[in-house]
Amino acid sequence: MGIELPRTSTRSTSVGPGADPIEAPTVELRALDQLWFQVAGTVCNLRCNHCFISCAPDNHSFWFMSREEVNEALDASVRLGVKEYYFTGGEPFMNREILGILEDTLALGPTTVLTNATLLPQRIVDALARLAADSPYTLELRVSIDGVTAEMNDAIRGEGSFARAIDAVGRLASAGFLPIITTMQTWPESETERILGHFRSVLAEVGYDRPRLKILPPLRIGAEAARDRGYDEFERVTPDMMTEYPAELLLCSGARLVTASGVWACPILLDYDSGRLADTLDEAAAVPAVLAEQACYTCWVNGAICSNTPGFAVDPA
Amino acid sequence: MTMVGVEAGAAYTKVAAFGGVYSNHRALAAAIEDARTRGAEAAICLGDLGAFGPNPDRVFPLLREHGIPVVRGNYDDSIARGLDDCQCGYTDPRDNHYARLSYQYTFRNTSPEHRQWMATFPEEIRFRLGDLDVLACHGSPRQTNEFLWESATPTHFLDKLADDFGADVIVGTHTGIHWTRSWGQRRAYVNVGALGRPANDGRTDVWYAFLEASGDALSVDFVPVRYDHEALAREMRDEELPEEFVETILTGWWTTCLEILPGKERAAGRF
Repeated sequence: MGIELPRTSTRSTSVGPGADPIEAPTVELRALDQLWFQVAGTVCNLRCNHCFISCAPDNHSFWFMSREEVNEALDASVRLGVKEYYFTGGEPFMNREILGILEDTLALGPTTVLTNATLLPQRIVDALARLAADSPYTLELRVSIDGVTAEMNDAIRGEGSFARAIDAVGRLASAGFLPIITTMQTWPESETERILGHFRSVLAEVGYDRPRLKILPPLRIGAEAARDRGYDEFERVTPDMMTEYPAELLLCSGARLVTASGVWACPILLDYDSGRLADTLDEAAAVPAVLAEQACYTCWVNGAICSNTPGFAVDPA
Repeated sequence: MTMVGVEAGAAYTKVAAFGGVYSNHRALAAAIEDARTRGAEAAICLGDLGAFGPNPDRVFPLLREHGIPVVRGNYDDSIARGLDDCQCGYTDPRDNHYARLSYQYTFRNTSPEHRQWMATFPEEIRFRLGDLDVLACHGSPRQTNEFLWESATPTHFLDKLADDFGADVIVGTHTGIHWTRSWGQRRAYVNVGALGRPANDGRTDVWYAFLEASGDALSVDFVPVRYDHEALAREMRDEELPEEFVETILTGWWTTCLEILPGKERAAGRF
């Protein structure tokens, strides 16, 4: 007995405008363990220069999801046996219905919100603490901060964003949360220990003395491609690369992303047509994901980086 | 007097279910004795015999003497096959450091004979409890090393597992913190906790689950096991195991491998 492993196959896909069709591997859904919501579309109060889907105040490519739209997907998720829920954007707290949406979701299962923490005044933190206390399930706040100083962070995320996020982390910690601080690695590996050590002391100063830190590798698409570099031509997933590869490491083998405009294979591929699988969650659960984009290469190298923890440890045999 | 082991396919009304032992032979001995005096008809162990504690070979004679069957845990699988790590899936460097120390110590001190026996452990054992079909596994029925925490496991997810694997009651361990939930007419999940270390609750007791069923009515008692934890701590120091592990045994608070805890469970602990 044991889990049925996702099957892989290939599909001809055109990559980029005017490109020749190439064979891209596909991955079937093993089980819908993670349901993601693009709850704020691509609308964000910040304009970070490393954002892989270039979210900004004026990026209306994807619009906010209503509480009703979220509830439709939640109903389907119960039938599909979803294990955990994630809310992203854009900035989820720009969605005026977010607290109601979180209340509905926390009645069903563990819920994570990915936020820049710049829109979390005491009133919102108190409301979140009440939601968390009233649910048997965990409410995780995942806060993006990109650097241990205002200088470092604000160069990426915008002026004043560091101070606002750090202050909010202090409020969350005081309210009993242990926010997961995520940082995209924009420094050389040799600097990691020093930077994280400093980060811990900065967080301790606002009262967060046992921080959960998560370092993300850069996704070289969207604004990040312009900030640093795009992918090299060889950095893509080919059918050969999947023959001995445990497909359950990839987020798309166990997740789908619901948006106001359809269902995608994963949150990273939002800007790509190849990532859109179907109109509804039930349909998208039956359609394999296509690893046609170069961002899939980052997931192939690092595993499902979007999850809070490595969801499926892989049998190394 | 000896205990009797659960036999696959047999029917019972009172069963003691032991979670991760983590080489804590003193707690295992105390739990077996406790279960016997409570009138358990049989006992089962849900795997992870080694890790964390001292002298892993001292666990095996207890299980063999009482004929207690063991479901294969990820640790047992790793040790039996001589893999590089425990398959716990840590990514935090500090957690990995301690996991590696613990794994290497356990591997070095587990005899080839015991490793061979571990290789025979099944992934699941099914039995009847009253009128209920019970599936005993280590992590989840679908994956040996899947964590099922109370705050991170939706009821509809458990219901799907029960459907997919054709069981009324699923019994597992792997997380180290006991909890249970029942739903519908006759379905339940029981995480029996662990005998190997305290439940991150500031108590030095460790826990097992006493399951009793009459017809399709299941009752689950989590039993705190008091044992000579100070003697275990001395043994750990004699074996030069990390002082952080000893601290957990003496205080009841987890000090390492915390990254896999959901926020709710982690916030309930000290570290």
